[in-house]
Amino acid sequence: MIRKAVRFVDQRSGTAPLLRKTLRYLFPDHWSFLLGEVALYAFIVLVATGTYLAFFYQDSTVQVTYHGPYVPLQGQEMTEAYRSVLNISTTVKAGLLIRQTHHWAADVFLAAIVLHLLRIFFTGAYRKPRELTYWLGISMLIVSLLEGYLGYSLVDDLLSGMGLAIGYGVALSIPFFGANLASLIWDGPFPGQHAFFSRMYIAHVFLFPALIAVLLGAHLALVALKHHTQFRRERRQSERKLVGVPMFPGQTPRSLGLMFAVAGVLVLLGGLVQINPIWLWGPYHTYSSTNGAQPDWYLGWLIGGLRLVPHWDFVIDGYTLVPNPFWGGAAFPGVVFAFLFLWPWLERKVSGDYAFHNVLDRPRDAPWRTAIGVWMLSWVVLVFFAGGADRVDVLFDISYTSQIWVYRVAVWVVPTLLAIASFWACKELRAAEVVHREQHRAEEEAHAAAEREATPV
Amino acid sequence: MARARDVLIASVALLLGRRKTRLRAGGEERIVPAGEPQPGAELLVMALLVAAALCAVAFPVFYALDRLPHQTQLLGASLGLSLLFIAAALILTGKKLIVTEEIEEGYPENEHEAEQEALVAVVHESGSRFTRRRLLKGAVGLTGGALGVALITPIVSLGPVFDMTPFYKTPWRRGRRLVDEKDRPYRASDIEEEDFYTAFPEGADKEALGSSLVLVRLPKDELDLPPENKGYAADGIVAYSKICTHAGCAISLYRAPLFQADEPRPALVCPCHYSTFDPGAGGKVLFGPAGRKLPMLPVYIDRKGELRARGNFDGPVGPSWWGVRMRKPTT
Amino acid sequence: MRLALLAAVVCALAGVPAAVAAGGKLTPPPTGGAALRGYHLYGRYCLACHGMGGQGRTASTPARIGAGPLRAQRQQNAVAPSLVGVGAMAADFYLRTGYMPLPRLGIQPRRSRVLLTDRQIRDLTAYVASLGKGPAIPTPHPERGNLSEGLHLFTDNCAGCHQVVAEGGYVTGATPPPLEDATSVQIAEAVRIGPYVMPRFSKKKISDSQLDSIIAYVQYAKHPDDRGGWSLGHLGPVPEGLVTWFLAATALVGVCIVIGKRLSGGES
Repeated sequence: MIRKAVRFVDQRSGTAPLLRKTLRYLFPDHWSFLLGEVALYAFIVLVATGTYLAFFYQDSTVQVTYHGPYVPLQGQEMTEAYRSVLNISTTVKAGLLIRQTHHWAADVFLAAIVLHLLRIFFTGAYRKPRELTYWLGISMLIVSLLEGYLGYSLVDDLLSGMGLAIGYGVALSIPFFGANLASLIWDGPFPGQHAFFSRMYIAHVFLFPALIAVLLGAHLALVALKHHTQFRRERRQSERKLVGVPMFPGQTPRSLGLMFAVAGVLVLLGGLVQINPIWLWGPYHTYSSTNGAQPDWYLGWLIGGLRLVPHWDFVIDGYTLVPNPFWGGAAFPGVVFAFLFLWPWLERKVSGDYAFHNVLDRPRDAPWRTAIGVWMLSWVVLVFFAGGADRVDVLFDISYTSQIWVYRVAVWVVPTLLAIASFWACKELRAAEVVHREQHRAEEEAHAAAEREATPV
Repeated sequence: MARARDVLIASVALLLGRRKTRLRAGGEERIVPAGEPQPGAELLVMALLVAAALCAVAFPVFYALDRLPHQTQLLGASLGLSLLFIAAALILTGKKLIVTEEIEEGYPENEHEAEQEALVAVVHESGSRFTRRRLLKGAVGLTGGALGVALITPIVSLGPVFDMTPFYKTPWRRGRRLVDEKDRPYRASDIEEEDFYTAFPEGADKEALGSSLVLVRLPKDELDLPPENKGYAADGIVAYSKICTHAGCAISLYRAPLFQADEPRPALVCPCHYSTFDPGAGGKVLFGPAGRKLPMLPVYIDRKGELRARGNFDGPVGPSWWGVRMRKPTT
Repeated sequence: MRLALLAAVVCALAGVPAAVAAGGKLTPPPTGGAALRGYHLYGRYCLACHGMGGQGRTASTPARIGAGPLRAQRQQNAVAPSLVGVGAMAADFYLRTGYMPLPRLGIQPRRSRVLLTDRQIRDLTAYVASLGKGPAIPTPHPERGNLSEGLHLFTDNCAGCHQVVAEGGYVTGATPPPLEDATSVQIAEAVRIGPYVMPRFSKKKISDSQLDSIIAYVQYAKHPDDRGGWSLGHLGPVPEGLVTWFLAATALVGVCIVIGKRLSGGES
């Protein structure tokens, strides 16, 4: 039967040689090489669940009165958009499961991307000839952040409205053209015209997903064309020779297994752990707000940035040059992404290493890279934690104002200390290895010498 | 009875009977190396698949049952577990039943110099009949640029991109009454100390950023308005824009000390980034990231005791933008 | 045990109660009954700060909250508001929530273990009520309230500080508590009193029937409709992020480790 199918396909497409090569395409084996796959499978779950949700969602800001089954909202004024998501969560059977799975998938998608990025960065996988792959990946991360933010905003509950207001504030704060840009996006000042929700919707369900899909396709094509990087675990692995498990049969069941595991975990979370219970938040009005409003975790670093900046606008002679939210909301992520984009180029310039690299570094093999990466990572993570300082105040009774002041200093001092420590640790680990290897060689030599003596010539 | 026995025997045969894999004819070398059979793992994989099937069957059952308590949880658990059982079966298959060969292969060539040269030559030689290259490049660039601009021009229709006046507009003007969410006018006597009130301009869109106000009444000896805000308060009542000047959230926190001697002083606070404003001092920033004071609206009490605006805000409403301080808000 | 603890708290607070007492005017004790017993309890537990006859003690410089760690709220010795005219309502609220007596001065009163017995509280309340004409303990009827109206009013008036599902929050310099332990009577009292930096809502702003709706909503918010599963404390994205990383991401990295090999250190 299989023979028949193969013959049929080959006779009509002539792809037997190509398919054979594909089946025997090699995957070097290490658990961290699978993190990108997790993101890929989460994306598939996102597309599937998102399509289902789009069958029910209405992108309308027409004011309606709620008469649905959720009692605490009955009789309240809300937008059609919010009511449609309420219906998905209450009256549409399995609707809540799909909605929660979609939201968990978004959170996990971005977590997987970040983990994947850390692996790529700290092992030097982005080096020549894979810079394009890396830049495509970073671009996908940026688009995904925006995509997640739009999904969070489309619901038009109290939290999403507050999130949109902050996004508007940040857009407005961009020097030179921020206000024009915001006016263009919102069709005038906040909260904008009805068309604004249509714009968000088309961007969320078509423009950005299509963009991610295109970038993803290019990303994967480049990975396949240049083959995977590998750690040097055996002597036969080298810059010229790749050792790995073939796509079929070795890799296929494992990759599919991972796919089902990702989908399974997401559906399980979607059914068992409540995420964004929008019926509890109530509808948004520009004049209402709630305490403890936060964005999804992947934008938490921005709220931290917004909260840490001291209270000044950059004003010259009564002319506002840079409004305050720019620093935390736009400049901060701008610096982080500029660093990520420029890093392969910077490293090449500074180190003068223009060679091709197929073998990965371990973090200790490149102390400078590791130290700089640790600095950036801990910088972002600390700002992220600062975004949750109010919750820490509520839970542990540690003054918020004091925390903010501590963070304002700590976000500069702690990363520097950690970077120095990691640099030192890399050096020490390397030195210990050298000692270990020397010892090993000395022992082997002594052993060989003893054997030579023992054997009569 | 006999039938049951047949079924039993058949299933035992199914479970235990193994097919000998036929190799390709002749003594040809295998592509995928052989491995020992693992009957235990095979059984486990089958058990996992059956478990997955059972869970999957449960899903439509849970779906069909109306008024099932915890329906979402049951649906999620059945589908999620089904997927996880399949995952386990696949991973087990990959680890135990499929030969995991580690084979080697050369990396693709780093570059193809001859091909690169050929590409360059094709492009160069194709253009050999052009003599005025620089001019031509200029013309192509011009056309490309012009067409590009033409193609993005319709984007301007998305919003009033060059006109900044909407950002300065608010519905407030002299004499406009302050009303509550249900459009009932506020009387000065409604406004009590240690409480806060949300007010809107009568007959205007409540959602516009320039509309909503937060009203508080302070003891007159606690009012310490800056000179430019003299006369903004009416009988101790002060009115501020409800929209934070930092990032546009609503200011719905009023810190109103019960016992002034021992507690933080009155303040208006935004819950998004905790910008804190002083209602007694014209909306000055006390803490938090806001870079601009809260815009204050001058109010007065009319003959009927109702609150009305005396004019517009003393500064633009909502989050700041490039050049925000240059103009006053207009109606 | 309870009394010993209470005595310790009060001793810590009191400093030199005799001196304080000497400073105040002598008011005649109430005659007989609960108020008289309350008078004695007052002398033991409240007098040091609230002064003779509940006149209160105010300092000349108001405490200010600043924008820095070193400018935290300043404390004065033995400053406390007057209790004349606060009525049974305030006494009942502060004593039954454990807000009073304060463990130390100059801090936000917080819900804590109630150290006085029910009878002692009634006696003290009776005494404080006898100090001046003031509001009685309210009797709310949340069962008459309307949940939808309650949510709407709660969003407008309370959610800014207490969070929309009443899980508590932060306001610069103070911590609005979660309302999970608040009884209906306590909610009614708090709305009318405005303890610490909470606004005080009059009947003109929030009528008694509206208050019933708010209380109905707060009671609902203790166990709201968690149709989505494990509620994560109704706090939204912060615990959701924790679940993402510590449950989902950890589990999936675990799966990756099961599937793939680990790096077995160096070249072999």
